[in-house]
Parts: sequence; structure tokens; C-alpha cells
Amino acid sequence: MTTSELPSTTLEPRPPVQTQKAAPLSLGRRGQFQVERQRLYRHRLAMVGLSGVLLLIAAALLAPWLAPYPFAEQHLDFIRVPPGAQFFFGTDSLGRDIFSRLLYGARMALLVGIVVVAIETVVGVLLGMAAGYFRGYTDLAINMVSDMVWAFPPLVLVLGVVAAVGPGLFNAAVALALTSWAPFTRVTRAKVLSLRQRDFVQASVAIGSGHGRILWRHILPNLVPTNLVLMMLALPSALLTASALSFLGFGVQPPAADWGAMLNEGRPYLQEAPWIATFPGLAILLTVVCFNLLGDGVRDAFDPR
Amino acid sequence: MQHYLAQRLLLSVPVVLGVTVIVFAILFLTPGDPVRSMAGDRASEARVQEIRVQLGLDRPWPVQYLRWLGRAVQGDLGISIAAKRPVTELISEQLPFTLRLTLTALSIGTLLGVLLGVVAAVKHNTWVDRLITFTSLFWFSMPNFWLGLMLILVFGLWLRWTPISGARGSAALILPALTMALPQMGSLARLVRTEMLEVLHDEYIRTAHAKGVHPVWVFYRHALRNALIPVAVLIFLGLPWLLGGAIVIETIFAWPGMGRLMYQALTQKDFPVVQGLLLLIALATVLTNLLGDFVTALLDPRIEAA
Repeated sequence: MTTSELPSTTLEPRPPVQTQKAAPLSLGRRGQFQVERQRLYRHRLAMVGLSGVLLLIAAALLAPWLAPYPFAEQHLDFIRVPPGAQFFFGTDSLGRDIFSRLLYGARMALLVGIVVVAIETVVGVLLGMAAGYFRGYTDLAINMVSDMVWAFPPLVLVLGVVAAVGPGLFNAAVALALTSWAPFTRVTRAKVLSLRQRDFVQASVAIGSGHGRILWRHILPNLVPTNLVLMMLALPSALLTASALSFLGFGVQPPAADWGAMLNEGRPYLQEAPWIATFPGLAILLTVVCFNLLGDGVRDAFDPR
Repeated sequence: MQHYLAQRLLLSVPVVLGVTVIVFAILFLTPGDPVRSMAGDRASEARVQEIRVQLGLDRPWPVQYLRWLGRAVQGDLGISIAAKRPVTELISEQLPFTLRLTLTALSIGTLLGVLLGVVAAVKHNTWVDRLITFTSLFWFSMPNFWLGLMLILVFGLWLRWTPISGARGSAALILPALTMALPQMGSLARLVRTEMLEVLHDEYIRTAHAKGVHPVWVFYRHALRNALIPVAVLIFLGLPWLLGGAIVIETIFAWPGMGRLMYQALTQKDFPVVQGLLLLIALATVLTNLLGDFVTALLDPRIEAA
């Protein structure tokens, strides 16, 4: 290996700003993040991920029209039928169509993912802003609380809480969110610490702006890119943990169509009817892969090496 | 540096106390009477009362907390409702199994992950790099519960190469260890690749090349060593986190470890066991975090400034 073979550190030239209409992915107001957006569109794997995510959203929205059968309808003459023309992905042990249940499961997956990430972002960013801006004892206290919550591996504390409060979609989502906001707090805090030294913040302080105005007008907008990247990466991991919860029987409860719960239902029939457990798991895997591809793309777009 | 270490040590005291409060408070999240739900629907009134007194739940909660904490410090985590045996005894019986599983998985995952990550970084921006990057993202995205079921299906049920459950013989270790190791390999490869790329771009690497150090020597002596320090620390820090995965994996493979114990305790609402395990895992995390900080501070003299 010679020096010339080392990867170059120079950034790629910025793509010319094209006049064509902006694509529907809205990352901010008009003209904001233009460069990042262009960079994202040229990221081939990220576009694969984006297509998958859009497909998932379409499946979730159009489930009632796309699904050949209602998700809870039991065809009692067709129990554990292998995949075929009548039932694309076969039926489960109650004779329900797996393909239809997968489509409806996309709703559950997106719902859980969005709710969990929304809660943890709001909690995490607010705490991080308070810690980084006010510093001192506020910072110390918030740091300690986040260390306490962070002392429990994902899934472990959530399981304990859900076992106590009782299983269910709502409980699982809230417990999940309230135990996983710490990364948002850490990143936001670090960012705020450096932002408050910047000239535009100091200038605002100098002309007598209050804390609220500085935090809202000057600090918060600058936290968007970092937290957007974090959100994109938090969503797939929230999905994985939520399906693990459902798989263990502590998340979404049986009659509802949820991928993790479907997997759990298919577990006893692994040998005689492997399709029951195979397809929901495949759906989880593909969804998480697509979100991670997109998330990596967004990260690279905001932080190119 | 001593100041920094002393500060870290001091700050971890309230964190540990907070952790114990969280663990203790979980019992109070249960709607209705926790004792009754622990005892089961058909338990007699006398049995319910017996458990209540046994757990000290007839006292005000600050007293309960202090009593619970005082006993926990002495290694007494109470008696399991389901097994009617001391929690400490149950845990110490199952701990070796979990350690065997996690350490085997960790070795496989680390070996493959570091290898893939280093190769990807060295071959940056080639098809090898892209292949490895995608492969590691794939494994990193893998739901371990599904991977476990698929491994059972293919290698256990169809090919009949390996046992599918229990811990008898070393062959039984293969599938659960792989289920734990492969996703870990994925996330580690991503991490190692990023760290390696960062180091390879550093100025001292360029300097070493410029002054004519042999490229292989630059690679091993200058780049790899520096890149692997944070990686090693992170692997160490992630150790308690593997226990989260152990809950799912041990349940699937009926592996008689702490994870399965946790799952059983959760489904049976056996709160003394749940609390004991939560406490143990959380303390292990705090301790490893502390040790990780110490090791980083020892290895990296720049920390002193912080």
C-alpha cells in the first residue's frame, strides 16, 4: 500500500443546484438543506432504502384495499395452508391470511416506530437543551438521570416496566420511549454547549434576548440536522425492540396484526408450517434494513467524509 | 487525572442509588395489588398475607425500600415466589450458562466484526468495502428472535446438524451463540470501519507514510492500534447489553441462563427475581462504564483536559 492509495479526504464537489422541482421528501423549509438533499438523492443505497420505506408507507395506508382478506377473518377450512394462489403467504393456525396480516402489520410497525421516536426525541432534546444551556446543577442532575436510565440495557428495563404495568401497544411504546431518550440528550447537550459560544448566540444575549427566545430562535433550529440523523437511526432500533417485545408477548396483543406477535404465534408450528414465522420476520428484517439504509444516507448527506 | 477519576467515582454513587430506586419502584407500577397478582388468582388469603409480610409490603414504602436495599447490599435479594428459593441462589446457578453463551458469542462476533471492519476500511470505496458495508448493515438490522427461529428451522429441523434446545453438550451452544454473534458482528464491523477510516485520515499516518515507514508497519503499528482502543472499550461497555439479547435468545433455545430466568419471572410476575436481575444487570453496567472510563483515561492522556 502506498500513500497514493490512501482514500482522499477532499469532499466531493457540491452538485450544481438543479432547477427542477424539489422531490416530495421535505427535510425543512424551502431551500433549506438543499445541498444535503441533493447529496442524499445521489446516494444509491439510501434511495433503495427510501423506496422500501415509501413502499411500506403505501402498504400501511392502502392495507384495506390491497389486502385480499380482512386481517382477522378466520378461514376455518384452511388452517395452516402453505403459500399458494389462494393465500399468497399461506394461513396461520386460525386460518387467517398471512399476506393480509402482513399488510396490516405495516401500520402497527410504523405507528409504534413513529410514536416511540417522537416521544424520545421531544424528551431527549428538551433535557439536552436544558443541560447544555443552563449547565451547572441542571446539567449535573440531567446527566445523572440519563446515566440511571442508561444503566439498563434496551429491552431489559422496558420488559420490567411492561410486566408490571401490563402488556399492550400503548404501554410498550411509552415504556420503550421513556427508556431510550438518553442518546438524544447526550448529542443535543454537546451541540448546545458549542452553539452557545457562537457569535450569533452571544450577539442575541448582548441585545438582551431572554432564555426562551435564544433557545427557540437560535439554538433549536441548529439542532435539527443532528437530531434528524439520530431519529432516522433510532426508528429502526425502536422497531426491533418493539417487535422483540411483541414476540415475547409483552407488546401488541394477539387479535391485532403485528409482525412480532405473528412470529410468536408461528413459533410452535415451526416444523409443520414454517411460513407462519418466516414471512413476518422477513418483513421486520426488510423494513429495518430499508430504514437503516435511508438513515445511513441521511447521516452521510449531513456529515460527508 | 486523579481528580477526574475521583469525580467519576463520586458521581456514580447517586447513579447507583437512583438505579436501586428505579428497580424498587417497578413493583409499585403494577395496577392493583402486586402481591395478589404475584400469588395468583387461586391463592388463599393466608398465602397472600404471608407473601405480603415476607416481602415486607405491609410497611410504608420508604421503610420497605431501605429494608430491601439493606438486604440487597448483603446479597439477599429475597425469595422467588415461583421457585420458593432465594433469588441469589437461582441467579448464581444460571449465571455460568449465560456467561458461557455471551462470551462465546462475543468472541465470534468480535473476531469477525473487527476483521470485516478493517478490510472494509483498507479497501475504502471499492466493491469490497461496499459489499462489507451492506453485509454488516444487513446483520445489524437482523431481528435476533427471527434469526434464532430460522437457524433452528434450517440446521436443527431440516438438516438435523445441531440440537435445537437445552445446554447439553457443546453442539447445543452453536446456534444460540451464532444468533447472538451475527448481529453483533454487523454492528462491530460498522464501528471498526468508521474508526479505522478516521485514524487512516489522521495526520500522523500521513507523516508516517511521508517519512518512509513501511506501509505494513504503518498499518499495524500506527493505525490498527489506535483504532482498536475505542473499539475495545466499546466492546467491553457493551457486555452487560448482551444480557438484553440473552432474554430473547435463551428463551428461544431453552438455554438455562439468566435471560430465560428473566423471561420466566416476567411471565409469572415473580417480582423478587425480576428486581434481582434488573439490579444485577444495572450495577454491572454502571461498573463497566466506570471501568471503561478509567481504562480510557489511562490509555488516552488527552482526557485530562476534560
